[in-house]
Amino acid sequence: MTFRVPRRTVAAFLGPAVAALALVGIAPLLYAVWKSLHYFNLTKLAQQRFVGLDNYAAVLTDPVFWQAMGRTALLFAIAVPIQIGLGLVIALVLHRPGLTFWKTLTRLSLVLPMATTYAVVGLLAQVMLNQKYGVINQMLGWIGIEAINFIGDPTNAFIAVVLWDIWQWTPFVALVLLAGLSTVPPEIEEAAKLETKSNWTVLRHVQLPFLVPSLVAVLILRTADTLKLFDMPFTMTRGGPGSATEFIAVLIERVGNRQFEIGMAAAQSIIMLAITIVLARLYIRFFYREVR
Amino acid sequence: MAAPIRRRSLWAEGALLLLIGLFCVFPFYWMVTTSLKTQVVALESPPVWWFTPTLANYWEVLFVDKVGPALINSIIVAVCTTALAVGLGTPAAYALARFEFPGKRDLWFWFITNRFVSPVVLAFPVFLIARQTGLRDTQIALILMYLTFTLPIVIWICTDQFRSIPRELDEAAMLEGASQWRIFRSICLPLAMPGVAVSSILSFIFSWNELLFAYILAPKAAKTAPAMAVTFMEGYDVPYGKIMATSTLIVVPVLIFALLASKHLVRGLTMGAVK
Repeated sequence: MTFRVPRRTVAAFLGPAVAALALVGIAPLLYAVWKSLHYFNLTKLAQQRFVGLDNYAAVLTDPVFWQAMGRTALLFAIAVPIQIGLGLVIALVLHRPGLTFWKTLTRLSLVLPMATTYAVVGLLAQVMLNQKYGVINQMLGWIGIEAINFIGDPTNAFIAVVLWDIWQWTPFVALVLLAGLSTVPPEIEEAAKLETKSNWTVLRHVQLPFLVPSLVAVLILRTADTLKLFDMPFTMTRGGPGSATEFIAVLIERVGNRQFEIGMAAAQSIIMLAITIVLARLYIRFFYREVR
Repeated sequence: MAAPIRRRSLWAEGALLLLIGLFCVFPFYWMVTTSLKTQVVALESPPVWWFTPTLANYWEVLFVDKVGPALINSIIVAVCTTALAVGLGTPAAYALARFEFPGKRDLWFWFITNRFVSPVVLAFPVFLIARQTGLRDTQIALILMYLTFTLPIVIWICTDQFRSIPRELDEAAMLEGASQWRIFRSICLPLAMPGVAVSSILSFIFSWNELLFAYILAPKAAKTAPAMAVTFMEGYDVPYGKIMATSTLIVVPVLIFALLASKHLVRGLTMGAVK
């Protein structure tokens, strides 16, 4: 039951927001498409020229671009399953009745990591993971593990980014899944618990179907956010050592901002945007069909 | 027999909760304590847990290293973009909640899609446009660009809020001869204040945290606090205490806001995928 109102009224209410969002969201995007068809380097403006799809051809055949994409995919493939696993455990613990006060307190502490300025998260990693002065290495020392050079070694730097991503986003996944658990009608959950003693059976056959929308949301949002991931690796390692932590957004920033190849960066970012949209649509189609 | 088992599992559960809490909070504890260390103490190996705290780092970053002005820039940008997003977004949200018109679903979808667009896609074209129009290194450029995420949040949360207001109120006012604008302004908007407050807090948090646009569009005069914190990392002698003092100054306001809106933060981050 919505009101039918004159078109003018609708336009008056929606117009300003639509115009503003078109101005800041669509206009630059179109400009990026236009620039991506040019050779455009900020330090060589005289050589600017129309090159058609050359930039796209260059990007699509550029191993550096695909390595950065692969690295981003690897980060996702390692971090997200761990975030879902740990998040599910946390959500199930918080969902159990009892210890209400302590659970509220825990829930509040879960809010902190995801609200923290992403740039600061990277700085914190620098400080806590330092080989000599870092507290994490001190703690590893307590259990007899020798200090690890987290930031300086390519493999370890990648692992450090994975760990930090897990720290920041596991609480988010936990809270999303907790919200999903609360959509299970309590009478169904109680009936199931009378039928079986196995928590696993309850989870698999009663709770999991209700968790599917939350899991799809987690997958879509984590995909989008991993492709966006810039602040944390940038402040932590600047994409290094070498290119060990140069994820796709960090690569595009380097090409555009530090090498001034704006035409090339535009082509890269358009391709990345296309991949984001395709993935989001695939998830929705694939997973939601499963539910129905 | 059941009681001891129940008690033991309760202890286990409590221990697990404590572990989860420590996992989340410990980095903040370390950030704050490091910010109270002198450079000499911060560079002790292994790191020390007990020391005489000093506020020297805060004094230095605020008044010598210009983190003070950067924080002011951050506040100006976050407050202005939030105000603008609320001003533009609430009428739009009202229209989406109350009016029927062609293309409504597509419009809705477009608003939400902005959540998926990486700022790195928009940053360079905007950089070029800002250079040509003289908006580079101004707060205006950042305020406008931050609308790409603040406006969708305000629209999403407020649409939900307007839908929860009973329609009978609108209908009664209409019978009295009130215009749509009058109904929106004097009846629905005041009732939607909780949604407005929540979406304002969320847009403030997200604007405050933003780095990429700030780093590329505002290198000097309009530099925001997160971009300022990044510059400390350049150079060889890394001043740990000062970096952590800056980080604390940046993070504390967001954490307070996040705790205030803790129930809604997940809602904001998922753009409504989860209630």
